[in-house]
Amino acid sequence: MKVMAQMSMVMNLDKCIGCHTCSVTCKQAWTNRSGMEYVWFNNVETRPGLGYPRTYQDQDEWHGGWVRTRRGRLKLRAGGRLKKLATIFASPKMPSIHDYYEPWTYEYDMLLSAPQGAHTPVARPKSLLTGKDMKIEWSANWDDDLAGSTATMQDDPVLKHMSEHVAEELEQTFMFYLPRICEHCLNPACVASCPSGAMYKRAEDGIVLVDQEACRGWRQCVTGCPYKKVYFNHKTGKAEKCTLCYPRIEVGLPTVCSETCVGRLRYLGLVLYDADRVTEAASVEDEHELLAAQRSVFLDPDDPEVVAAARREGIPEDWIEAAQASPIWKLINDYEVALPLHPEYRTLPMVWYIPPLSPVVDVVASSGNDGEDPRTLFAAISKLRIPLEYLAGLFTAGDTRPVERVLRRLAAMRSYMRDVNLGNTPSEETASAVGMTGAQVEEMYRLLAIAKYQDRYVIPTAHAEQARDLEEIACSLDYEGGPGMGGAGPLGESSGPPVPVAVENFHALSSRQTADSPNGPSTPGRVNLLNWDGNGRPDGLFPPDEGRPS
Amino acid sequence: MLWVVLPYVTFAVLVVGSVWRYRYDRFGWTTRSSELYEKRLLRIGSPLFHLGLLVVILGHVAGLVIPASWTEAVGIPEDVYHLVAALAGSAASAVLVLGLLILIYRRRTTSAVFLATTVMDKVMYAMLALSVLSGAWATATTQLVTEHGYDYRQTISPWFRSLWYLQPQPELMGGVPVAFQVHILAAFLLFALWPFTRLVHAFSAPVPYLFRPYVVYRSRDATGTGAAPGGSGAHRTRPGWEPPTGPGPRPRS
Repeated sequence: MKVMAQMSMVMNLDKCIGCHTCSVTCKQAWTNRSGMEYVWFNNVETRPGLGYPRTYQDQDEWHGGWVRTRRGRLKLRAGGRLKKLATIFASPKMPSIHDYYEPWTYEYDMLLSAPQGAHTPVARPKSLLTGKDMKIEWSANWDDDLAGSTATMQDDPVLKHMSEHVAEELEQTFMFYLPRICEHCLNPACVASCPSGAMYKRAEDGIVLVDQEACRGWRQCVTGCPYKKVYFNHKTGKAEKCTLCYPRIEVGLPTVCSETCVGRLRYLGLVLYDADRVTEAASVEDEHELLAAQRSVFLDPDDPEVVAAARREGIPEDWIEAAQASPIWKLINDYEVALPLHPEYRTLPMVWYIPPLSPVVDVVASSGNDGEDPRTLFAAISKLRIPLEYLAGLFTAGDTRPVERVLRRLAAMRSYMRDVNLGNTPSEETASAVGMTGAQVEEMYRLLAIAKYQDRYVIPTAHAEQARDLEEIACSLDYEGGPGMGGAGPLGESSGPPVPVAVENFHALSSRQTADSPNGPSTPGRVNLLNWDGNGRPDGLFPPDEGRPS
Repeated sequence: MLWVVLPYVTFAVLVVGSVWRYRYDRFGWTTRSSELYEKRLLRIGSPLFHLGLLVVILGHVAGLVIPASWTEAVGIPEDVYHLVAALAGSAASAVLVLGLLILIYRRRTTSAVFLATTVMDKVMYAMLALSVLSGAWATATTQLVTEHGYDYRQTISPWFRSLWYLQPQPELMGGVPVAFQVHILAAFLLFALWPFTRLVHAFSAPVPYLFRPYVVYRSRDATGTGAAPGGSGAHRTRPGWEPPTGPGPRPRS
């Protein structure tokens, strides 16, 4: 047994209102740079829908993740090591920018500087790749709220695996949101695909990162990741991905997406797992067994043997305590309401989801029945095959039984708590029908519905003796005006001495952020206020000041 | 002088330049792939170019490094060697030139790719095209039109090896056809440019990938990696800042 700690997340989908606050704040913190315009480390997809990039779940097309060979071993779906090197000159299964979307800006300057004429000036969309006019036809959440779904929804890869009649009815039936970040998998296919060895899983907290100095831009990680959550920065020629906001996690703060989540639906905490059993669990034969196999890899942090083994591995005492208090462990193991996204990719993902009950409740309520009556709900859960099968396609490789179990528990919690709130005696039978006790149901209710900040996020800080690298934050000023700062140098974009990854850097890289369009502003002499970081006196922003040297 | 000084200067620039670039610009050390912008032409052009180039490099090694006496010693007569070399070389260079033309056409006509092309890229493309085309031209004009071709293994190859023995024999290059001379000079200029262009990605051919475990673990402690940016040449010692104190975890109630 080799105990390792993994920082992981659970999202409670019933509470997601699809407001995209997580995506926007994440983008502002991490990917508001040229080269990363099309990148959303966090995105929120409307389900059913195509997702971002389009149809990324269709592994027959994109060849992400692992497959089990006939001899029971794991192999990257895109091919073994030799095949990967042989096809390295034109990575064949990499999505192109059009599978994400072509990033654009608007010609805002025209609104102010167009000469007087008969027509109102318009800000035309300009491609950020070519600088030319473009027609906007797709973006990261073009099919948000099922917009245009009649034209696109039949291509949803999850739907394709379901019976045909479903697709037609589905639009009237239900819809929900699926926020996605990097899964920080236990068996990451992106790391395994990286020819340079630049991608790695941090031994302390399992966060998967890209070493920007070692990445050589072979692009195999983009192909390898079945969730398409590693992105290619087309200006620097390096892979970038969700970092689980490690500079924040290290000081005990939740990720930006979690901190800003309006619905308070994200949970962060540690899970202890047995690293020796990861490969075994990822290669079980039956895809429906993958969920149970992954659960069996996790270790009970209250088990004295596990605690002793964790101490032997050098896991600090407060980390063990954090693992014992972890909301993730409770949701996955105690209440068993969280499920992994697409376990069939065999990467053992570590961002889990509590499937939404709302599609079922909506249908019951719209048919005129009481959406919170336990008997009606239970009957509906078993009868409404469509949402159930769809959720199973997302979270359990198509096995509806675990999803049904989770939804029953959520339904039981609703009716139990309704009794409590209405002053009735809550019936213990409601809880025991789903294998829980009334006390457990109330605890789960506190975690899911009340969801206090300190219950949602149990994040141990990095240890001072380990955290020398936190100093990198202090180095960031060093680089201002350095060779990396001047935009495209002679050796290409942002060549020069290494610039450490730090939140501050992204704001310090002013030259890149003010690059509004690839060809410079359409009206020279103007400053785009949207990109101005408030520092300095950019040319043309202020009238010339006689009294002061500019 | 040209055939003595230029090779050594080029070699020095190549080595020192690469070491310098690796120490100070590891972040810029990448293929700078443009596959994200355009895939269709790249899928044809890039493998043609790279695989053709690999064969051509092997051919150069065989022709320049292995003395004619060795091949004869293992029983390969000169005309058989010439036939094989000329045919294989022509085929490989045809593939290489075709791939290069596709890639240049793609780079010029795909506006996103053209916009992402730096000045250094353009210089590099010019030198690369000059080297490749002059090499192909030299092969075509001297090796294919006449039956026995030009036997570079009596002149160019000994001269090339003499550079490595540190006993250069520039007089060997006197009677070499102009096409070869142009090719060699262009190649030296290309090698001198090498460390300062995207060509450096050739030095990171990911062969160790075949031998490492699939999943890489690294500790936050690890030095000399991206997790610890100070590990490279730029800042071995950290400036004298006090270690930052984070805001710390929220108090639990």
